Amino acid sequence: MRPAAQNPAPVISVRDLHYRYDDGTVALAGVDFELQPSETVALFGANGSGKTTFVLHLNGLLEGRGSVEVCGMPVKKETLKRVRQKIGLVFQDPDDQLFMPSVLEDVAFGALNLGLSPQQASARARIALEKVGMIESLDKAPYHLSAGQKKRVAIAGVLVMEPEILVLDEPTTFLDPPGQRALTRLLRELPQSKLIVTHDVDFARSLATRAVFFEKGRIAGEGPADRIVEQFHWDQKQYNRC
Amino acid sequence: MHHVVLERWSRGSSFVHRRDARAKILALLAFLAVVATTSRSFEWLAGFYLLLLLAAVISARLPVAGALRRAAVVLPFSLTFAAISWLSGEPRHAALLVGKSYLSALAALLLVSTTPLPQLLRGLDTLGIPGFLLMVAQFLYRYLFVIVEQGRRMRLAGLCRGGLKRRSGGFRAAAGALGVLFARSYDRAECIHRSMVSRGFQGHFQLLSSARFGFADAAFVCVAAGLPLAASLAARFRG
Amino acid sequence: MHIPDGFLSPPVWATLDLTAVPAAGYMVRRAQREFEEKKVPLLGVMGAFVFAAQMINFPVGGATSGHLVGSALLSFTLGPAAASVVMIAILAIQSLVFQDGGILALGANIFNMAIVGVIAGYLPFHLWGAGRGRKAAIFMGGVFSVLVAALLAVSELLISGIAMSGTVLGVSFGLFAVSALLEGAITLAVFQALESLNPHFIKQPNADRGFALGLTALAAVSLAVVGVLFASTHPDGLEKLAETLGIATRAKPLLASPLADYEAGFLPSAWLRKAGAGLTGLGLIYGACALLGRVVGRRRSA
Repeated sequence: MRPAAQNPAPVISVRDLHYRYDDGTVALAGVDFELQPSETVALFGANGSGKTTFVLHLNGLLEGRGSVEVCGMPVKKETLKRVRQKIGLVFQDPDDQLFMPSVLEDVAFGALNLGLSPQQASARARIALEKVGMIESLDKAPYHLSAGQKKRVAIAGVLVMEPEILVLDEPTTFLDPPGQRALTRLLRELPQSKLIVTHDVDFARSLATRAVFFEKGRIAGEGPADRIVEQFHWDQKQYNRC
Repeated sequence: MHHVVLERWSRGSSFVHRRDARAKILALLAFLAVVATTSRSFEWLAGFYLLLLLAAVISARLPVAGALRRAAVVLPFSLTFAAISWLSGEPRHAALLVGKSYLSALAALLLVSTTPLPQLLRGLDTLGIPGFLLMVAQFLYRYLFVIVEQGRRMRLAGLCRGGLKRRSGGFRAAAGALGVLFARSYDRAECIHRSMVSRGFQGHFQLLSSARFGFADAAFVCVAAGLPLAASLAARFRG
Repeated sequence: MHIPDGFLSPPVWATLDLTAVPAAGYMVRRAQREFEEKKVPLLGVMGAFVFAAQMINFPVGGATSGHLVGSALLSFTLGPAAASVVMIAILAIQSLVFQDGGILALGANIFNMAIVGVIAGYLPFHLWGAGRGRKAAIFMGGVFSVLVAALLAVSELLISGIAMSGTVLGVSFGLFAVSALLEGAITLAVFQALESLNPHFIKQPNADRGFALGLTALAAVSLAVVGVLFASTHPDGLEKLAETLGIATRAKPLLASPLADYEAGFLPSAWLRKAGAGLTGLGLIYGACALLGRVVGRRRSA
């Protein structure tokens, strides 16, 4: 047991988070969660269990009752700008994220919003595109890219802001197996702490050390990815023996 | 599809492609104005204008037959009205109608085939068109094909289930399909908004680069606008 | 009806280009105030939706089918200013990318379909959308959005000297009436589908405006449109009318008198005559809309 002074502070700290939709349905019923630096955690759970709703609270897109802290900052109106630089969200459909006419412009979008000059933003965007291996496509329009390429550009669009935490919502949707493998390789290389919402058990197992299981707006289980998968029967393999 | 072809053409490279969008827009407007105000000696002038356009098409390395064919999209409309004019005893008016509409369509096609639409919209921004409107057009163009594809798939799915052709049921089904497409588009807009805000959008879209208007661009405008204007004035003073 | 280049005469397209600029500018400013830049994606995506919607066929009795034009529906869901902006973007893309509609003629097409068409389509909903006449209001909105735009387009072509015999006009009006009725029906059907999916999609108007006010408003706008149509088919007739009015009502600051004197005194060319007729019609429409806006505005604050 390491002394407290040597434990680095968690990069995400959520305490007793509650959230209710406009029509009254309870989406989150008291969630406690921590993400440690350099950790990769997988978020499992059925559709509607609150995973995506939870994730939207991390950068202030939704505001619930309870406390949410990112890199030591409470997520409030006043801190939103800084929080959104620290934590980068990559959404499920890359088409919704690549909304600018060209790859370079889209990746530079975040950097421009941080107040960088067009030249600085352009330079940072190129660096981000190099990191994801998409530098050759910088002049292309988004619809000329494959799903896997779009996903990598979307990640570049978030990396350009130099975040400390990456949150990915169902990143393997729309990706074929080679695309999934390429994404896995890329994510392994990135040093940021990561939170990955996913249904893809193999993908999660190859990246995450820890997993968290959402059920009806609460975390019902937490621990090593393999144990959680087995505990909640979250694996398809049981059907392969028929 | 038409717009896919235009997209491909607009990403080519040639002297015309490399010109600043503003130069091409101004040249087009001047050319259209000259064509529109030409009435005397139209037969000769039309030929001259056509030659100018063909020269531009060739120097832009566009397929000549393809360009001429695409501009002909306007012909069914103008030929109909031309026929009516002819039958009312005004053959000259009929010729003017067909000639002017075709030349104008070809000139406009030249602009769009040598300038990717986002660049064109940027050019319009610096010429004074409100940025808000242009951003809406930019987003429209970006998601045009995405949503049209969704609509197409819905239509196909509907056809697979017995078609949208049943009498009154078909009408209701089509309305329902549109309702769903609307809802999905609305949700998509919400997702786009979330990703904008997540990347720090402060309320104002910023541009990455500003295009520069150089000597070649000025020269292009002078020639592209000057030649037809000179011809038109010459015909006017001679006639 | 998208007018290509080469059809309208210079006075007509120039006047309409000049008219469309401030009108469009007003709509853009209004929409920007209501929506802010962060909603730009919504407007863009809705424009793309309208394009996609135009692909879906609505079967109408056996062999034929129609499709949604969309300006009325846009105004019910986004409000008239934003609907206008979206329609302008749509017309621009249609003209540039699909060569559907001319470039110099863009002012005319925007005026017909994105400004007056949207306002005409929105009016019934604004006046009666909250009361029991709701369905009728929505249907009429669809009808007017198409009919008014089409009538304006025909007027502009006539003023420009495009020959259209009585038969041609008759057939055209018949076609316009059919597509207008179709738009009304489709708009209503889609509106109801939207409401059942999510009532928040609709921008509800404030209160039922009452029958009398609505009738007055509609009468004003109809008169204006008919006036333009009349002017376009009988430009000389309008001059005579203007002269007569000028003699009889010299004191009144109406359109006729200054126009007649000016023309006779300085520039007797056919150019100005036609422009004058067009401008008169436009002035009527603007006047009616401005008056309407003021009255409705007063009602709202009361």
